[in-house]
Amino acid sequence: MSEQQARSHAIDMSSVLRAKSGRNEPNETCIKVENLNLFYGEKQALHGINMEMPKKKVTAYIGPSGCGKSTLLRCINRMNDLVDSAKIDGKILLNGENIYDKAVNVAALRRRVGMVFQKPNPFPKSIFENVAYGLRIQGINDKRILEETVENSLRGAALWDEMKDRLNDNALGMSGGQQQRLVIARAIAIEPEVLLLDEPASALDPISTLKIEELINELKEKYTIVIVTHNMQQAARVSDYTAFMYMGELIEMGTTSELFTNPVKKQTEDYITGRYG
Amino acid sequence: MIKLWFKSGAPWIWLNAAAVSTCMIMVVGVLGLVTVRGVGHFWPSQVTQYSYQEEDGSSKIIIGEQVETSVTPAEMAKATGHKMAADEETLVQYLIKTGNRDLTGADFTWIEKRNVKEYSDPLDMMVVERREWGNFYGRLVEVKENGQTIASEKEAWPVLQEKIAKTLILFKEIAHLEKKEIAAVNYGLERLRLKQRKLELEDHWDATAKQQIAAEKAAYDVDYKQYQTQLATLYQNIRRDSLVAKTESGATLEIPLFKVVRAFQPNAMSLLDKIIHYGVKVVEFLSDDPREANTEGGIFPAIFGTVMMVMMMSVIVTPFGVIAAVYLREYAKQGFTTRLIRIAVNNLAGVPSVVYGVFGLGFFVYILGGNIDQLFFPESAPAPVFGTPGLLWASITLALLTLPVVIVSTEEGLARIPSSIREGSLALGATKLETLWLTVLPMASPAMMTGLILAVARAAGEVAPLMLVGVVKLAPTLPLDGNFPFLHLDRKFMHLGFHIYDVGFQSPNVEAARPLVYATALLLVLVIIGLNLAAIVIRNNLREKYRALEG
Repeated sequence: MSEQQARSHAIDMSSVLRAKSGRNEPNETCIKVENLNLFYGEKQALHGINMEMPKKKVTAYIGPSGCGKSTLLRCINRMNDLVDSAKIDGKILLNGENIYDKAVNVAALRRRVGMVFQKPNPFPKSIFENVAYGLRIQGINDKRILEETVENSLRGAALWDEMKDRLNDNALGMSGGQQQRLVIARAIAIEPEVLLLDEPASALDPISTLKIEELINELKEKYTIVIVTHNMQQAARVSDYTAFMYMGELIEMGTTSELFTNPVKKQTEDYITGRYG
Repeated sequence: MIKLWFKSGAPWIWLNAAAVSTCMIMVVGVLGLVTVRGVGHFWPSQVTQYSYQEEDGSSKIIIGEQVETSVTPAEMAKATGHKMAADEETLVQYLIKTGNRDLTGADFTWIEKRNVKEYSDPLDMMVVERREWGNFYGRLVEVKENGQTIASEKEAWPVLQEKIAKTLILFKEIAHLEKKEIAAVNYGLERLRLKQRKLELEDHWDATAKQQIAAEKAAYDVDYKQYQTQLATLYQNIRRDSLVAKTESGATLEIPLFKVVRAFQPNAMSLLDKIIHYGVKVVEFLSDDPREANTEGGIFPAIFGTVMMVMMMSVIVTPFGVIAAVYLREYAKQGFTTRLIRIAVNNLAGVPSVVYGVFGLGFFVYILGGNIDQLFFPESAPAPVFGTPGLLWASITLALLTLPVVIVSTEEGLARIPSSIREGSLALGATKLETLWLTVLPMASPAMMTGLILAVARAAGEVAPLMLVGVVKLAPTLPLDGNFPFLHLDRKFMHLGFHIYDVGFQSPNVEAARPLVYATALLLVLVIIGLNLAAIVIRNNLREKYRALEG
């Protein structure tokens, strides 16, 4: 417990420091992908990806369907391990540590790298139990700690005011947008370092989408966020950095404003101006 | 036109509807028949007195309940040797339950309607249900105590009822003494004998052990002597009273009261009396032990055995099937081998149940049970403990029989859980095991219950394998009683399904037993419905709780 407190304290301190030091400071790298190749059986889905994602910034992956952006995202918390046919070579460094090292405990890694999926996937349990799930897995059953964390997480996901009287209701009774925010609350309850969002708003209506986007803006104060999106306006609105992928390759990556206003590669320009994709 | 009609699909719809209706009619028919025949059995029917003229002109009086009517066309009646008058179109015969088997040798007799000169339902007709020789029909003459007449004629009836009630209390006391107290003493003595034998086998049979066992034996002997004297007095008391009754032929018969279960005058009963009588009979049927080669009395041991066996089976089959299904679906690498295993499991469900019985007898009883006896119960040899058919082996055999159902439905349930739920759990840092326990298995629990429901439905109705691995027509003791270790898995037990077969087809008195067959069948259906309903209620609650994601 003390370690967690220390970590959250450290996070708070660094955000204070960064706010003081101004926006143009060079960013510390959180995730570094080195020469990553991924094969589904014979078919290669990712070709030699190299990229760096800075700490406490939002990085967006854009690109046409099937370009490998979700696959790349799922590599960051080793979700592709679940796919029998997937084979990976290359490295992904999380704070300098290769997550594909044999010594890495996958469950512990996923605790550090939370993920939110395209379709809201709350468990068929109460709202409270959904948020407390990650803590219970870690063996935390102290009612006071659970209640406190659930409240903080729901506040963090902008859901507390709506749900504080319905904590014991089944999560499946919520609307899609609420479910998605619940899933985000569930992910941040275990205080990960990185939050992966796989098209988090694609199944939602515009108002819910807006709420999620506002939420992302708040969350980046504390977490490094990687988001996959189909929607270029969304990428432009929420992200600090954008990576454009095509056919399993990383074509271009840069700050969002640069990539959208002044792309280097022709393919990128074609995509963002809507000539294909 | 016809072509158009075929194209419209109307005949197809009619065909479908006809199939459904046929099914419905058959189901309702089965239940209806069983219910009507079974439920009517306990209602007190009128006892009629017939003045009957035989073919040869001699006349006699017949007393009994009319059970059945048969109408035979004249031609057919002639062919079977009945003399028919020219104007008679049919021969009407009644089946009369006349009872008094000890006097006449038969419970039932057929009479022809045309020979009945006169009939009436006299109010003083008495039916005596006895513990031996079936029912007695006749008139009460007097009640005796120690051979002395204490009441006769009109006063006799209330005195008789009072005496019967007293005798029944004594009878219950005797039953309690014999079945509980003395049985416990015998059980204890048998344990002592086994203990002594065990000590002898292990060469620990020394002076202290001898002394200890002798002391315990002495304590039991003291108890036994005491019960023995109690029993002697009770027997003396219960043998004291008797009733004297007159049969239809005018002969008198003395019936000791301890042989009497109840005596009643159905013709004099009001509707309320009859309803009470009916209720008492139904309760007796549900809660008493069988009498007279299972054709009379209750079937409680069979109900108990059936439910007990099904529960034991559920306890064995559920964890076993679920664990196997989890491995097959969640851990095993899907491929040729798993497909082969699935095919094998599915085919296992199609193996005739008697084959499982043979397997159970050959493997579980003789090999497994025999070895257990050799290893753990050498002292009781040559008498087997587990090396003989019994409740444990019957439950395990049926568990094996129903295992495929549980595996298949659990697997289907596991396959239906969306992968997004598993990923959600894994993404929160849960291991595969934690995901299984906390999310996947609870969500699959309704499917497991479905498997269990199917298993229970199949197991409760199974008879053939049970005949080989533990069911008997009459078990002296229940598998659950007050003697340590309370649950006796090695004991043989009774089962409703086998009881139906035994009473209906193996009984010395088939006519008398037939209504019982229907009543027992009805009860078997009710027991299965009850077990299933319980499981369905649990499943629906689980479903509500773990309702899966839409789409």
